Amino acid sequence: MGRPVAIIGTGQTKHGNRRDVSYPELVREAVKAAFEDSGITPKDIDGVVSGTMPSMMEGIGMTQFYLGDAMAAVGKPILKTETCGSTGMSIAHTAYYWVCSGEADMVLAVGHEKMREGESQAVMSSCFDPFYQKYFTSGAPGIFAMQCQDWATRYNIPEEKVRDAAALLSVINRDNALDNPYAHIKRKVTVEDVKKSPIISYPIRLLDVCPNSDGTCAVIFASEEKAKKIGTKAAWVKGVAYRGEEYNFGDGDKVEWQSAIQCAKQAYEQAGITHPRKELDLVEIYNPFTFQELLIFECFGFSERGKACDDILNGFYNRDGELPCDRSGGVLCTNPIGAAGLIRVAEAAMQVTGKAQDRQVEGARLALSHALGGVMQFNGLMILGSEL
Amino acid sequence: MSKKEYKTFDFELSLPYRLAYGPTWTRFFEGLQEEKIFGTKCHQCNRVLVPARSFCPQCFVDIDDWVQVSNEGTLVTWALISFEFYNQPKKPPYAAGLIKLDGADVSMFHLVDGFDMNDLDKVKETLPIGRRVKAVWSEEKKGHILDIKYFQPI
Repeated sequence: MGRPVAIIGTGQTKHGNRRDVSYPELVREAVKAAFEDSGITPKDIDGVVSGTMPSMMEGIGMTQFYLGDAMAAVGKPILKTETCGSTGMSIAHTAYYWVCSGEADMVLAVGHEKMREGESQAVMSSCFDPFYQKYFTSGAPGIFAMQCQDWATRYNIPEEKVRDAAALLSVINRDNALDNPYAHIKRKVTVEDVKKSPIISYPIRLLDVCPNSDGTCAVIFASEEKAKKIGTKAAWVKGVAYRGEEYNFGDGDKVEWQSAIQCAKQAYEQAGITHPRKELDLVEIYNPFTFQELLIFECFGFSERGKACDDILNGFYNRDGELPCDRSGGVLCTNPIGAAGLIRVAEAAMQVTGKAQDRQVEGARLALSHALGGVMQFNGLMILGSEL
Repeated sequence: MSKKEYKTFDFELSLPYRLAYGPTWTRFFEGLQEEKIFGTKCHQCNRVLVPARSFCPQCFVDIDDWVQVSNEGTLVTWALISFEFYNQPKKPPYAAGLIKLDGADVSMFHLVDGFDMNDLDKVKETLPIGRRVKAVWSEEKKGHILDIKYFQPI
């Protein structure tokens, strides 16, 4: 890794149905909050990184033009990064690399989506080629249903056990969201509620699935010198990794999921982590689907292969468990998709700087944030620590 | 106190496109018109890739070694789509799956059909992972991926 980089401030909108504001107004709400949190002003920023997934979600092609003003980008360089669902993580990476390179000292990263203004599943279908894959992807739930069935069969996990573990994971996330003032879906549910909710794509039921949300997240990255000069409590970037796979869905193995396994391996090496299950204090996993989060727990080495269900059912990932997962309520409760990956980074930063209020994990010093994208083509991580 | 409802701007986008298949995909889809499924074999990793490609995404070398694979294969995984969304290609319920054709080293994405999909338990019984399936061809072929109408359990 290059020179040290810190996160010195974060801002989020109240996510959800935000028809009360225009898209630029929504974006500016989070950007203003990030400036207030960090104590700096737009003139201190050297550049802006923006992204969405995909632009056409809101029917406007070049969002960085339309939203540049709202991101305080007038008179500054602006970059756009788009990697499907992992867009928010890639925005964080782009901002990190920019500061790390020494070409900028302070960069504003902004992930945004007004997902309720379009037809999200139809827009996502437009990401695929019409030659081979478009007809069969059928929105996001179909491919995640396939991944889950492949995983449960491969490790011979009984259907009921997978169902119970995923239902409990939904309950954990939804309980966590009740403590998050920015979360979209804030409704207490029971394991039985999840198991009785309508089937979307077997085995995925309605309460296993994220909502469509409007929302924006803004994060300010700074060099060591600037971070120390400003003097606010900073989250330090300890590991940054990203991996892609083949485009064709049938080419790769989505259970022994190499993009997830390899990017975690690299980020752990950078952060000096040898036992992620023990060393991490909390994780913010990109979890639009409960079953997919279970599989990620295994790919990232928190749970042994085929054992994530046991760990969930034994309370390992509870808020007071050994490794609290998605204390924010995760993507499962809040999914402005272009912002969702960056929200994971912001939540991890808030945790290690002690700013997470009612959802604070006591004594959090090392946190992992994650996002995935494409037809399971991409995985990215950022590990944050409380010390340089 | 009720919140004021602000105006919304409602519109639709519909844009025409003409996408080039290029030589490799053109040949693959001409194959479908003759009820033949072609892959190309990478001389470096020895994998047969289906649908056919002009290069191997792992080795990044050009490939032009054409191999006809079987119209039958194994169901790697599947999903039953039970939800509706705008501009959906098919009315639910329908099933999509990954099929590893005999002679291929990667799986192909397609529909799985030809059985009753209205009862989930029956679908689960009909589609155990590893189930053998075969291509069912459309009567009218257009050199399109849906020239294979779907894959049916054998």
